[in-house]
Amino acid sequence: MRPRIAVAVAAGVLFVGIAVRLTAQGAPPAPPAPAGAAGQGAAAQGGRGRAGGGAPATFPAQQRQLADAAVITRGKALYEINCRACHGADLRGGDAGGPNLLRSQVALNDQHGELIYPIVRDGKQTPGQTAMPALGLPEADVVAIAEYVHSIQFTARGQGSPPAGPPVVLNLLVGDANAGKAYFATKCSACHSATGDMATIGTRIPDVMTLQNTWVGGAGGRGGRGGQPTPVTVTITPASGPKVEGRLVRVDDFIVIVALADGSTKSFRRDGDVPKVDIKDPRDAHRNLLPTYTDKDIHDVTAYLVTLK
Amino acid sequence: MTIKHVLLTMSLMLVPALMLAQGAPGTSPNEAKVVPGPSANTPGATGGLDPKDLYKPLTDSWPTYSGDLTGQRYSRLTQVNQTTVKNLSLAWIGRITSGAAAGGGGGRGIGAPQTIVGGEGTGEFGNGGAANVKGAILQVDGTLYVTSPDNVWALDARDGRELWHYFWKTKGGTHIGNRGAALWHNYLFFETPDNFLVSLDARTGQERWHVEISDFNQQYFSTMAPIVIDNHVLVGTGNDMDSPGFLQSYDPETGKRQWIFYTVPMNAGDPGLETWPSLEAARHGGGQVWIPGVFDPETRAYIFGTGNPTPGYTGVGRKGDNLYTCSLIGLNVDTGKMMWHFQTSVHDTHDWDSAQTPILVDATINGRPRKLVSTAARNGYFYTVDRVTGEHVVTSKYGSTTNWELKRRPSGEVDPNPEKEATIPGALVSPVEGGVTNWPPAAYSQDTGYFYVHEHNGFNLLYLTDPDPRGSMGLGGKTVANLGSLGDYLTAIDPKTGNIAWRHKFPGGGGGGLLATAGKVLFSGDGSGNFAAFDATNGKPLWHSRIGNISNAPQTYSVDGKQHVLVAVGDTLYAFAMY
Repeated sequence: MRPRIAVAVAAGVLFVGIAVRLTAQGAPPAPPAPAGAAGQGAAAQGGRGRAGGGAPATFPAQQRQLADAAVITRGKALYEINCRACHGADLRGGDAGGPNLLRSQVALNDQHGELIYPIVRDGKQTPGQTAMPALGLPEADVVAIAEYVHSIQFTARGQGSPPAGPPVVLNLLVGDANAGKAYFATKCSACHSATGDMATIGTRIPDVMTLQNTWVGGAGGRGGRGGQPTPVTVTITPASGPKVEGRLVRVDDFIVIVALADGSTKSFRRDGDVPKVDIKDPRDAHRNLLPTYTDKDIHDVTAYLVTLK
Repeated sequence: MTIKHVLLTMSLMLVPALMLAQGAPGTSPNEAKVVPGPSANTPGATGGLDPKDLYKPLTDSWPTYSGDLTGQRYSRLTQVNQTTVKNLSLAWIGRITSGAAAGGGGGRGIGAPQTIVGGEGTGEFGNGGAANVKGAILQVDGTLYVTSPDNVWALDARDGRELWHYFWKTKGGTHIGNRGAALWHNYLFFETPDNFLVSLDARTGQERWHVEISDFNQQYFSTMAPIVIDNHVLVGTGNDMDSPGFLQSYDPETGKRQWIFYTVPMNAGDPGLETWPSLEAARHGGGQVWIPGVFDPETRAYIFGTGNPTPGYTGVGRKGDNLYTCSLIGLNVDTGKMMWHFQTSVHDTHDWDSAQTPILVDATINGRPRKLVSTAARNGYFYTVDRVTGEHVVTSKYGSTTNWELKRRPSGEVDPNPEKEATIPGALVSPVEGGVTNWPPAAYSQDTGYFYVHEHNGFNLLYLTDPDPRGSMGLGGKTVANLGSLGDYLTAIDPKTGNIAWRHKFPGGGGGGLLATAGKVLFSGDGSGNFAAFDATNGKPLWHSRIGNISNAPQTYSVDGKQHVLVAVGDTLYAFAMY
């Protein structure tokens, strides 16, 4: 039978009483698949701070109970024959002008073909778009197609991302390795050596994107696999008394905390320039280069580094 | 009370079929059914907060999202000032607990009232997640109104004691945050992640009614703090999946919709359609309205920012400027008709929403008094425009390392460099995905004439992972690598020129929104867990308390002649005062 839970949700008026009654009548709804991690909206709405509440980021298209596998399989076959040419193999629209069904208002509001069937039956004229012809399909076939469409919508990922398609081979190595070698000799060789610390970087980090992120961000940065990050060190010169040196634990406008060689920590209240605080962050050299790179510089150096095996 | 509520809603079980036919915005132009609650017939349209009070300069209360309707977040209170701020100490701490079974919280469990439960979900989601305050807290007549997704609390502003708690059983949706409530006389309004505008009796927390404001099927989710202007309740909503953005106005008494304004062209002949390749692209073009705007009573203009165009990172299917996404818009609040617009991010391809709250500024430029509005956009650019006409006045780059500009138009907009869109081998982009700044609000001081904003100078490598010529969907089709930052600053900008007056570097990062006061003090969080006060004239730190990273923007109010400074850290409110 139809998953009535989903019907009620779509209608926007799912009451406790209904849910309990329908769940008791039929099979309990399948647990919803994750529609993207909770809090993914963080990027869209400023992820500075935790995601609130305990609810997963699920929408009706991902909460619904799918039709039987046999219906979906039949719907897929019918889709391939009747719909694919215009709406695309992945439902995201096709060369013949059919709209993307994964973000279509009709397809998202449709439950079991009741909104899709009249359009397939009668066709649809939309100004500025290729007209949808009327297709003489039986209602049961259109319902099967609708169930197939919903089964693909179900697999959409978070923040409106489409379902994962077949793997695409992407070539990130578009740079000129010789130009990268020259850049390395000019800008990097004061700290790095192609025969020393970088000698096998292309082997140690075989994934090109990871390699590029690692060197642009600086060793020990995000994505780095080169062992322990080099610590940030600090030298503190109080108004009176000896200098203190060690690993920087934290610094803000009001306090500086240093980890000493003996494993203890020491903190100093800050008041403007007192005490004097000198921080040495090995990543500063990389950070300060960030505004100077062209994208070509980056791609050239990456093309060079992959040759260091 | 809970039982009565269920019975009442059960009596409306025949509604679903009707609802589907009527639909919510995004589906059809018709408005959705207003569902009455237990307090539907309790009078409250007099007394309480007079909406005209929102026009007054901000002093003892904090009656709307930004304090007043200017967006300045500038309080006239002076008890806490540059000299006295060092004496600020803790007045009270209030911890709030979300969910149906909260039954306590701010009152520390002593005599805490029972939670009032509403909502159309089953209760399976969001019941027991930690509260997280990421929006404004209203303060009117000694009562605070606090929100977290699905939850509203009323607390005593004197000691944080809980007066009532309302919990909304959600159907799901993106629970990223809630930006606060609004008040009209004795009625309170807030939005839910599953897209209802809910009205409560502010005195008791009992529900008056709820109405669906956007279509959950289309993957809208709602976070905005409603804004009350006279007899309008303005609500926006959010969406990450290629759906049109809109702002709506509702009647505070009845919940009936007064008007809807779409931020993208929805029909043939609509203005702005020439900036899209097709109506189909425009109607899926985004431009969500998820942060409150400001209001100019003289021109009746409600001025607000819009979010990014969609698909977010793959602009191949939406060539053109994509109006009115990432734009500052002046709208007649009584009619919902656009008066003017200025696009603050042309053809955005970086998810740099421009929804942040703008700020009204009155200033003299070239000897001429001007009515202006300024905004610091997520994309690293600062703009000032004439708020009467929309005429451009200032464009300046305030993000020190921002690198995506191709050229500036004579009309003030900045054309983006297409080479800084996501590419397969990676494009080095500053700012990062989250922007130079984000939704946490900026502030303006009438003493210094400066516009204050947080500035984050990070870099991303932005990779295109879906080179499909149709473009991706939503925020898909890319991979983002965060490479580090050249620093976080508290930055003061002269809105008349766009020049930077000063920058205070946060040694350990910045964070949260800002508050300015007539005591010439700025309040801000930093990235090291400090809540701090700064000299508004030069950015010098004056006071701090290490309470943790703040999750909303600081506010101030006065009760019993005592100025309080209020801020949230997740589920805990901290109020400071002098004794």
